[in-house]
Amino acid sequence: MKTLYALVLVLLACGAATAKEATLLADDPVVEQRLIAISEEMRCLVCQNESLAGSRSDLAMDLRRELRTLIKQGKTDAEIREFMVSRYGDFVLYRPPVKPTTWLLWAGPFGLMVVGVGALFVYLRRRNSEIAASGLTDEESKRVEALLKEGEK
Amino acid sequence: MIPELGHFALILALCVSLVQGVLPVFGAQNGRREWIVLARPAAQIAFLLMLASFAALAWSFYVNDFSVQYVAAHSNSQLPTLFRFGAVWGGHEGSLLLWVFMLSGWTVAVAQFSRTLDDAMVARVLGVLGLVTTGLLLFILFTSNPFDRLLPAAENGRDLNPLLQDPGLIFHPPMLYMGYVGFAVAFAFAISALLSGRLDAAWARWSRPWTTAAWVFLTLGIALGSWWAYYELGWGGWWFWDPVENASFMPWLLGTALLHSLAVTEKRGSFKSWTVLLAIGAFSLSLLGTFLVRSGVLTSVHAFATDPRRGIFILVLLLLVVGSSLALFAWRAPKVALGGTFALVSRESLMLVGNVLLVVACASVLLGTLYPLLIDALKLGKISVGPPYFNAVFVPLMAPVLFLLAAVPLAKWKNADAKDIALRMWIPAGLAIVAAILVPRVMGGWTVMTAVGVALSVWIASSGVIQVARRLKAGFPPASFWGMHLGHFGIAVFVFGVTMVGGFQEEQDVRMEPGDTVLVGGYNFKMIGVKDVTGPNYSAARGEFEVTHGGGAPNILYPEKRNYFSSTMPMTEAAIDAGFTRDVYVSLGEPLEGKAWAVRVYFKPFVDWIWGGCLLMALGGLFAVTDRRYRMGLKSAAASAGALQGAQP
Amino acid sequence: MNAKALIPLVLFAVLVGFLAVGLRLDPHEVPSPLVNKPAPAFKIAQLEQPEAQFSPEDLKGKVWLLNVWASWCVACRQEHPVLMDFARAQIAPLIGLDYKDQRKDALGVLKRSGNPYDITAFDADGRVGIDYGVYGVPESYVIDKAGVIRYKHIGPITTEALQKTIIPLINELKKT
Repeated sequence: MKTLYALVLVLLACGAATAKEATLLADDPVVEQRLIAISEEMRCLVCQNESLAGSRSDLAMDLRRELRTLIKQGKTDAEIREFMVSRYGDFVLYRPPVKPTTWLLWAGPFGLMVVGVGALFVYLRRRNSEIAASGLTDEESKRVEALLKEGEK
Repeated sequence: MIPELGHFALILALCVSLVQGVLPVFGAQNGRREWIVLARPAAQIAFLLMLASFAALAWSFYVNDFSVQYVAAHSNSQLPTLFRFGAVWGGHEGSLLLWVFMLSGWTVAVAQFSRTLDDAMVARVLGVLGLVTTGLLLFILFTSNPFDRLLPAAENGRDLNPLLQDPGLIFHPPMLYMGYVGFAVAFAFAISALLSGRLDAAWARWSRPWTTAAWVFLTLGIALGSWWAYYELGWGGWWFWDPVENASFMPWLLGTALLHSLAVTEKRGSFKSWTVLLAIGAFSLSLLGTFLVRSGVLTSVHAFATDPRRGIFILVLLLLVVGSSLALFAWRAPKVALGGTFALVSRESLMLVGNVLLVVACASVLLGTLYPLLIDALKLGKISVGPPYFNAVFVPLMAPVLFLLAAVPLAKWKNADAKDIALRMWIPAGLAIVAAILVPRVMGGWTVMTAVGVALSVWIASSGVIQVARRLKAGFPPASFWGMHLGHFGIAVFVFGVTMVGGFQEEQDVRMEPGDTVLVGGYNFKMIGVKDVTGPNYSAARGEFEVTHGGGAPNILYPEKRNYFSSTMPMTEAAIDAGFTRDVYVSLGEPLEGKAWAVRVYFKPFVDWIWGGCLLMALGGLFAVTDRRYRMGLKSAAASAGALQGAQP
Repeated sequence: MNAKALIPLVLFAVLVGFLAVGLRLDPHEVPSPLVNKPAPAFKIAQLEQPEAQFSPEDLKGKVWLLNVWASWCVACRQEHPVLMDFARAQIAPLIGLDYKDQRKDALGVLKRSGNPYDITAFDADGRVGIDYGVYGVPESYVIDKAGVIRYKHIGPITTEALQKTIIPLINELKKT
């Protein structure tokens, strides 16, 4: 019994000795980080709206291989984007470049916010002065409105 | 035989809906009682016919009748029964049938629960709903008939897309459609109000519970979709700003604005035109979403198989429904802004600011989603607008809304004291700042984004808790109060989850052999092995991984790589150990040489708070709907209208 | 009528206008930024004679058609008869670029269905394809005498596209 026990322990120890820390799939984690960051913002051209980072398609894997080479060559992010855009056009970028055709896109939301809140401000001021100018009190205003409703029915 | 009966039921439903749509509305406008009373019975009959039609399609799937083209395209003899039921709405034709079935469901519900509303109003509301139903039934019968026969019948079906063979398919589309379609009720009430000229507080009170109910379903539907994508797609993401996702999110944003606007209109009689416009807008976005998903104008993982004829039909439908509504609005919207005044700083004005910001956020999502189409149509090239844009734009737009959220319940109606509010918010402010400094550091690294996210969520949550505590001192508050705070608290939870996962998730892409281990996020993953298994309609490689953390008991996870017999694309089934404070996620990549596999391992802190927050929001909405005021019926509304009449000299 | 209340309707009408135009566009078609730019240089082995090489330089001074194809590509079989017709008509040199393929399989296809190409270059790892912005075979390029890409056709070449666009363009370019 003791021998069996010892044998089991020895086998277990061997097992523990051969089990190891998993190796990263990528050769170079730093390069890989950059690859993911850049390719996450690019479109997989053969997919129905997936990023270049996540797609498992052949073209995506080929393109990631190319990008990895470029990163290792020391190219900047801008140069890598240029590589892709010169071959596939702006369509490949998920972050639309800021150019005259996209000014409306980038400026639109904040412009709309400013206009919206501004218009609201103006409207509220005017509304209050309109109601004040009509010379009615709040109570009377409400009754006028109710009467108008009666009339419309 | 059954498919033909289903088809026949659809045709009958069309006739009934046409009657329901036309006569009661004319009757209400011209005081013809005999046409007004047609509304309720028509709605009930239409519902029964739609039920029959839907049942016929479901039956065809249950028995796997491959002589029905739609069944042959989406089912298979080996497809498990549960998924056969989900396959009913797995494709374009069936999902559209589900859409219209739900519309008739909402319609009959309005018919049932409107006994205290005056008949002319009911007639108009049901009439508008009937007209929309008619339009959609015409679309189905002319371009997307699920009952088309395939003769000779196929020997076996093409099977349901493996990505859809999941319980998510059973719940996500029905919930989502209940929400989308539910906004038709608020729409119908708004149109009826414009038609009758009666844009008063009573209309708002009637609209509110229906709108809230639809909003609850939509919230759940979107959350389910996000959760499903997270565990199904194997890359750990939960939102991609895909055009179809945006198509569901836009009505939600507008619906949230509508919810709050209705509250003000009901209580204070203000914002009427704005509220009507929002009601038209929310449902218009639902219809626009339907167009975007089924017309092929945008690239999306969700898009159904397309056909230009269908696109044109829906566009015409969209043009008629929304165009006529907006024309009616332009004609009938009140010009005179009477009703009470309110100061520049008051609960009304703060809620209006929040409303405007929500609408701007919605408009931004619309802009981003449609921009590629815009540029292409103007022959200016082809661009993509993806997550980097939406994240850069949406998050800053929503930050002020989140900030205001906490303070608005403290503002008084008509005239609020900004200084007073600020003073009362010092505890939440303090807590938010402390949390913003400490929490990111504890989690592993301080950044501006994570600090802001934490600050906003603590700001909202703590101010909510304080307000509830104070209010409890004055007695037990009604359901609607709990609803509001639960909803807001849900947002705080959601924001916290998003911030934590976005800022502190960890992942590793590793090569593992049996016995190898990898450490991610403090969790130790050990690969035990991979073996072959067979499912009902697939064969798979199933991995076994042991996960340990500190000294705790180990957890075993079984990720799979499935090959469905009907498809060439392998499917990844990730294995997730979900917990309150984190998810631990393992997904098999490709097999490498020998016994090695490429494995992806994730640590996702607080990710379930994203959907937990949505659940709390939905629960809040549910509480609000069940408030006693609505169940007491509108006797009180009628009484107050009478009191107002009596007050006239 | 309140003029401001018309704004939503007007905005909506504009939106519908764009959507209507959108119905006629294809969101998957990616126009090439390489049109009117020099054809990217390469020098790779030929398919039938692996020792020999091919480069676009070899065809300087001629107008020619580059067709990217593969034995595993189903749509390529659709355009094969059209390419055979083009080759028979002797309008311009037709060069094939065999993209990410196995030599054996590609040679088999040419043997079975006929070989329309004057020369076929063998792009084993797809690098040349990437330089040409290939994202979905088949794709074809019309290249002029100076080695500049003048037109890219995405998808299988149809008889209509050949008659209406490609051949007229080639004839036009030949005159310069």
